[in-house]
Amino acid sequence: MATFGIVVFPGTWSDRDSFNAVHDQLGQDARFIWHKEHDLQGVDCVVLPGGFSYGDHLRCGAVAALSPVMADVIAFAARGGLVIGICNGFQVLCEAHLLPGALMRNASLEFRCQPTLLRVENADTPFSNECSDRPLLRVPVSHGEGNYYADPDTLARLEETGRVVFRYVDSAGLPTPDGNPNGSINNIAGIVNDEGNVLGMMPHPERACEDLMGSTDGLTIFRSIVASAERVLTA
Amino acid sequence: MTAAIDPALLREVAVTSGEYDRIVELMGREPTHVELGIFGAMWSEHCGYKTSKPLLKQFSSAGPRVLQGPGENAGAIDIGDGWAVVFKVESHNHPSAIEPHEGAATGVGGILRDIFTMGAFPIATLDSLRFGPLSEPRNRYLFGGVVGGIGSYGNCFGVPTVGGEIYFEDCYTENPLVNAMAVGLIRIDKLTSSRAEGPGNLVMLVGADTGRDGIHGATFASVELDEASEDRRPAVQVGNPFLEKLLMEACLELIDQELVVAMQDLGAAGLTSSAVECAHKGGVGIDLDVAHVSRREQGMNAYEIMLSESQERMLIVVEPGQKDGVDRVFDKYDLHADVVGRVTEGGRLTIRDGGSIEADIPVGLLVDEVPFRYPEARAPRERLELAARPVTVPGDLDLEDAFLRVMGSPNIGSRRGVFRTYDHQVQNNTVIPPGGDAALLRVKGTRRGIAVCTDGNGRYCYLDPRAGAAIAVAEAARNIVATGATPAAVTDCLNFGNPEKPEVFWELKESVEGMAQACRDLELPVVSGNVSLYNDTSGVSIYPSPVVGMVGVIEDIDKRLTAGFKDAGDIVLLIGDTAEDLGGTEFQKVVMGEVAGPVPRLDMAVERSAHDAVLEMVEGGLLKSCHDLADGGLAVAFAESCIFGGVGASIGALGSVHADPGVALFSESQSRFLASCAPGAVAGIQAIATARGVPLVVLGAVGGDRVSLSDSLAVSLDQVTATWDGALD
Repeated sequence: MATFGIVVFPGTWSDRDSFNAVHDQLGQDARFIWHKEHDLQGVDCVVLPGGFSYGDHLRCGAVAALSPVMADVIAFAARGGLVIGICNGFQVLCEAHLLPGALMRNASLEFRCQPTLLRVENADTPFSNECSDRPLLRVPVSHGEGNYYADPDTLARLEETGRVVFRYVDSAGLPTPDGNPNGSINNIAGIVNDEGNVLGMMPHPERACEDLMGSTDGLTIFRSIVASAERVLTA
Repeated sequence: MTAAIDPALLREVAVTSGEYDRIVELMGREPTHVELGIFGAMWSEHCGYKTSKPLLKQFSSAGPRVLQGPGENAGAIDIGDGWAVVFKVESHNHPSAIEPHEGAATGVGGILRDIFTMGAFPIATLDSLRFGPLSEPRNRYLFGGVVGGIGSYGNCFGVPTVGGEIYFEDCYTENPLVNAMAVGLIRIDKLTSSRAEGPGNLVMLVGADTGRDGIHGATFASVELDEASEDRRPAVQVGNPFLEKLLMEACLELIDQELVVAMQDLGAAGLTSSAVECAHKGGVGIDLDVAHVSRREQGMNAYEIMLSESQERMLIVVEPGQKDGVDRVFDKYDLHADVVGRVTEGGRLTIRDGGSIEADIPVGLLVDEVPFRYPEARAPRERLELAARPVTVPGDLDLEDAFLRVMGSPNIGSRRGVFRTYDHQVQNNTVIPPGGDAALLRVKGTRRGIAVCTDGNGRYCYLDPRAGAAIAVAEAARNIVATGATPAAVTDCLNFGNPEKPEVFWELKESVEGMAQACRDLELPVVSGNVSLYNDTSGVSIYPSPVVGMVGVIEDIDKRLTAGFKDAGDIVLLIGDTAEDLGGTEFQKVVMGEVAGPVPRLDMAVERSAHDAVLEMVEGGLLKSCHDLADGGLAVAFAESCIFGGVGASIGALGSVHADPGVALFSESQSRFLASCAPGAVAGIQAIATARGVPLVVLGAVGGDRVSLSDSLAVSLDQVTATWDGALD
């Protein structure tokens, strides 16, 4: 059992979907944390959900990164707490410098809502440890600015140290331009920080947790988090 | 008319001199400038329906599911398990013609407000769009702007855009149509009204500050576009979906905590219309002081404040004792909430600006005394002649060439490039995404689903407005049935030209009668709607373009059907009869280059039998796919089912459909479905069809990598898909 703290910024809209995934589908504890609150007590994993926090004013995630709750999230992460940023949450994590790099406008210059295939590049993270027998995950994206970029040195470090967790691939499982919905460098879909406890990903695993929605592969990611949280508890 | 009122001023507020005299008579004095502006807005077609209202009475809103018919911000029906679906379609045509991005965006924003004003959480939007041909750069600009505006608003707000239709026709070149439909979900006991009650209660204005944007938007929407319309750009509002999202969350919290007496969003004619609506419904008056209205611009006078159409604003009526609770909710969301007035006895709308009284009008005059117009209706003889012209398939028809041209027509081809720019999944309810016959949304915590679609065919309505409007109803219902859901209720948007032209008023009258009769025949209540007239540019009217929005209910979502073929070896069936119905068809326009002749015949008894038969087959779990036959006829439906399923299929019995292969493939005969089933299910399906008197043709089989339309016509699925995919390029 794990407790998820789902942060709600003004303009967040995947909060309810994330709650549906971890609470209704996986039976975990979950509560919403309004961005003006400071209480992360008892939370095993902070979720920064998708949406248009602050209407994407200035830059996606830039204002939310300065929200009151973010000071607590940064401290929580520094203590080793698990943080997953999905879509806008990934943008917030980059703006808050919990993750390196930036998310630029999609190469198509269009918002894209479509299914993608993700290859799990590192199954040894708290967010992917249940993935070892599922090399490919079917998880949709829905964003206008998910084109990940990092400078060459940072990118090399990310790749060499196994911090790229998910990569967009085509139906053959290869990281080709065909499989890449946004022009992301090296087809990067999700990365973790050096310590491995903060994940950012553009695809929406909370939209892939029921057969009725077309895929249950997103559950694998949330199950990984639950398993990690339980491991911490028993350790 | 007195000398003080000059014609330019009356034009500005779209009041005729005769109507002005009537205002003076009703008021017993000359109106003030503010009062005249208020009359102009409330008596406009947009707010007062002065031309269309006598016709709209023909729509029946009665039905066992109906919780709220026309008269509130949106209609509502009972879908079972204590849930209500709230929905409405509304036009934003003129603003989109001038500024496509903001025009379309605020169209979406406006209809979303109508939904959450009722207390419902918006769960889906759909958009019915019409443009001129994409070969014209300006049309492409309007198309791109509108699609971008819809996406930017819906995506940011967090409501999925799940469907709609897009058609291209010369007549929409300067006057695109942008009709947005929104659907919301609410527990029945939480439905909220806009009826102001309780003299002494506070009237609060919340949400965005008030600016000069959109002044006279309602009157602008009630006159023809012309070269000078570009100058009306300031009359187009600017949307802020982020603010609207906050406003929705705050308003739904207020309703949840039972802190409001009434709620009314500010749309056309802004504060004027919402205050009048609230007061009139409650039989009370409202006393407003515009000095308390927060503004985003300096120097605004009472006239501008009362007629501003700044977006993302809501009027709420609150008991004085609840004000602290209301303030706490708005504080949470960092929203403004100003007390701008009080509910009064006596039924007067009183507008103050600090110490001075700017307007004082009995509310009834603004609503009950709208001067209805009964323009002359006259069928244009050339149109009747055009519609009587016989249409036959050309003798030298190249079937393959015709098939590929129809598949590649912008009216037929894939909308994937559009729909993927809309978030169609947020909220995790979208079970059938856009692109199918109707979108299907699940209702969490139940086994139920809601099917939603929009439909309309301007070409049919041009040739025969009565039949065309009826076909729009039948086709929408067919789209709902094709998913396995039962049609439940209708919302409509009547897009027409200038009703002062006798032929346009004839079109309007015929269409309304045709649509109303079709709804009665299918026992579908019309629970909400909107009228958009004066869709003319430089004197040329659009095709009569009534749009039907429909909601259906499926009790067990696991019984749903999609349009794509499923497995090789499945049997393909054509349900319904095929006749030589070529008038107004896509085939006629694309291949024969004309729009003429009688439109497809529609027999509502036959239509109903076909629906009942399909729903019985669904109930018995006999079908594996189902697709409505519409534009492009059998050829297009068959090819689409192959494309959606990613599998080829072949027709082995085209001669059983019609002796003329051109008719068999391209006729748009009504009341037909294309279905597929496992071989073992054919007998059961035949038995149902026979019992219900519905014609059934065992057409062919699923399998292979070609779309085989007859023994002599087969095209590779890849080529068909590529042609269809590239239609909007």
